[in-house]
Amino acid sequence: MDTMRGDTIGADAPDVAAIAAAHRGSRAALIAILREVQAARGYLPEDALRAVARHTGRSLVDVYAVASFYHSFSLKPRGRHTVCACLGTACHVRGGQQVVEALSRELGVRAGETTPDGEFTLETANCLGACALGPVVVVDGRYFAKVNPGKVRRILSQARSGVAAPEAADGERALVTEAVCPECGRPLLDAARPIDGYPSLQVSAQCNGWRGRARISCVDGVLDGAPENAAALERVRLFCPHCSAGLNDLLRCGECGVPTVSVLAGDGALVQMCGCGEQRVRRAEVEGAGARREIAQLS
Amino acid sequence: MIHLTINGLGVSVEEGATLLEAAQSVGFPIPTLCHMEGLSPYGACRLCVVEVGEGARARLVSSCTYPAQEELVVRTASARVLRARRMVIELHLASCPQSKTIQDLASALGVRQQRFRQEQESCILCGRCVRMCAEQMMAGAIGFRGRGQSRSVGTPFDQPSDACRLCGGCLYVCPACELRCTYTEPEKAVCGGCANLQPPCVENGRFDQMMCYMDPCVACEIAAQRR
Ligand code: SF4
Ligand code: FES
Ligand code: FES
Ligand SMILES: [Zn+2]
Ligand SMILES: [Zn+2]
Repeated sequence: MDTMRGDTIGADAPDVAAIAAAHRGSRAALIAILREVQAARGYLPEDALRAVARHTGRSLVDVYAVASFYHSFSLKPRGRHTVCACLGTACHVRGGQQVVEALSRELGVRAGETTPDGEFTLETANCLGACALGPVVVVDGRYFAKVNPGKVRRILSQARSGVAAPEAADGERALVTEAVCPECGRPLLDAARPIDGYPSLQVSAQCNGWRGRARISCVDGVLDGAPENAAALERVRLFCPHCSAGLNDLLRCGECGVPTVSVLAGDGALVQMCGCGEQRVRRAEVEGAGARREIAQLS
Repeated sequence: MIHLTINGLGVSVEEGATLLEAAQSVGFPIPTLCHMEGLSPYGACRLCVVEVGEGARARLVSSCTYPAQEELVVRTASARVLRARRMVIELHLASCPQSKTIQDLASALGVRQQRFRQEQESCILCGRCVRMCAEQMMAGAIGFRGRGQSRSVGTPFDQPSDACRLCGGCLYVCPACELRCTYTEPEKAVCGGCANLQPPCVENGRFDQMMCYMDPCVACEIAAQRR
């Protein structure tokens, strides 16, 4: 779809009119319309919300209620980079709050605010779905695991010089090139024992009374070395071979519903692995830069 | 017709009736706060809880939103229900102690203590005003904004709304500010509006923050003329 950029928009908001028209001004499409408007303008300014109300035949207060309810909509201009720190339970107990405080000290803004120079928007989330890696900070779609206040400055300077966004987009397949135990930090990838030509993930596994070493293919997530019935990671508990920390996620595979294992790929993408062969990049549900990209790809 | 049992009594109601309506039709009282005749059911305050089902599967539901079902067994005043209601109203009382409506409900339910920290919330987010404005006044000038802790009722962007006709319907139905404090000067501090022995306004300063979406506020003007 053809949407104009934010700066040149007149009072009658032709860009919003075009987006609403593409949805035939449908009342049910409100969220979709707001997402597209935010993608085009970077945020949801007042004139755009008024135009959305006009073109969808809703009252302004309805549109405003939706726009102010969802975390992913922003009524204020956003920074070039989005820094999102997790304050979910798992990250919180490992010091997520201190990480947020360090970030906000470094940037001079509170959570939810944007720096005056328009560089950074600081956000918090209530679980980014990578609890085993906590405290988690996501910068422009790139995951940083096990963050502590001491690492904050380096992450920000990395962000300033532009973190390369993960190569694969949300939902795309990705190849894990680097994986460490979120608990002890020791490497899980073993280049010496490749499967399908790629280093494999070394784990301890436990399943129906059986317990032993196993390897997970980084190509298709299939568990190797466990009894036949465990091959699909189903009902298998996975542990770090070094420190025995649990590696299973709370997340479930979108394809088969089995709990997955999350690891970081070399480029900072969070990859969810499942023995059914699913291996997808999961993007944090932080909008802003990342989401803008994602929407840009859709349209 | 739907046949159900309320407190052991067989009751028949029209299809689509709520448990609240069914209970009221035979005279079982159920206290309500966010519910209001003429407005769509909303289920925000949870004061109208009743127990449905039997044995281990019995559960609490809000009667103002729960549709009557064939052969449903309902208890409107079991020990569990009363305990839940008392807790609910005690919490409401803590967030909005100045409301006469809430005080009366709490007193009727036998709440004699206040275990939670008192706040002077001017709104309990019952949504009566929002529904009044949209459903009866056909204006849609005010609505909910934000979520969670920062949820509030008001106009978009906090600006006077073009859709508002200053009807005052929102004030009229609000359980938190219906008897709003009208004090403007310290010597007239006790207006009696809140019927409190110790009016919270004396301790908390003027209730500017008492919600009022109208600019100028009709109720305040009227109160000022009366003085
Ligand atoms: S302003 Fe009054 S009527 Fe409106 S939601 Fe708050 S308490 Fe309810
Ligand atoms: S609690 Fe931080 S990712 Fe789940
Ligand atoms: S009266 Fe039923 S939830 Fe408020
Ligand atoms: Zn480990
Ligand atoms: Zn799967």
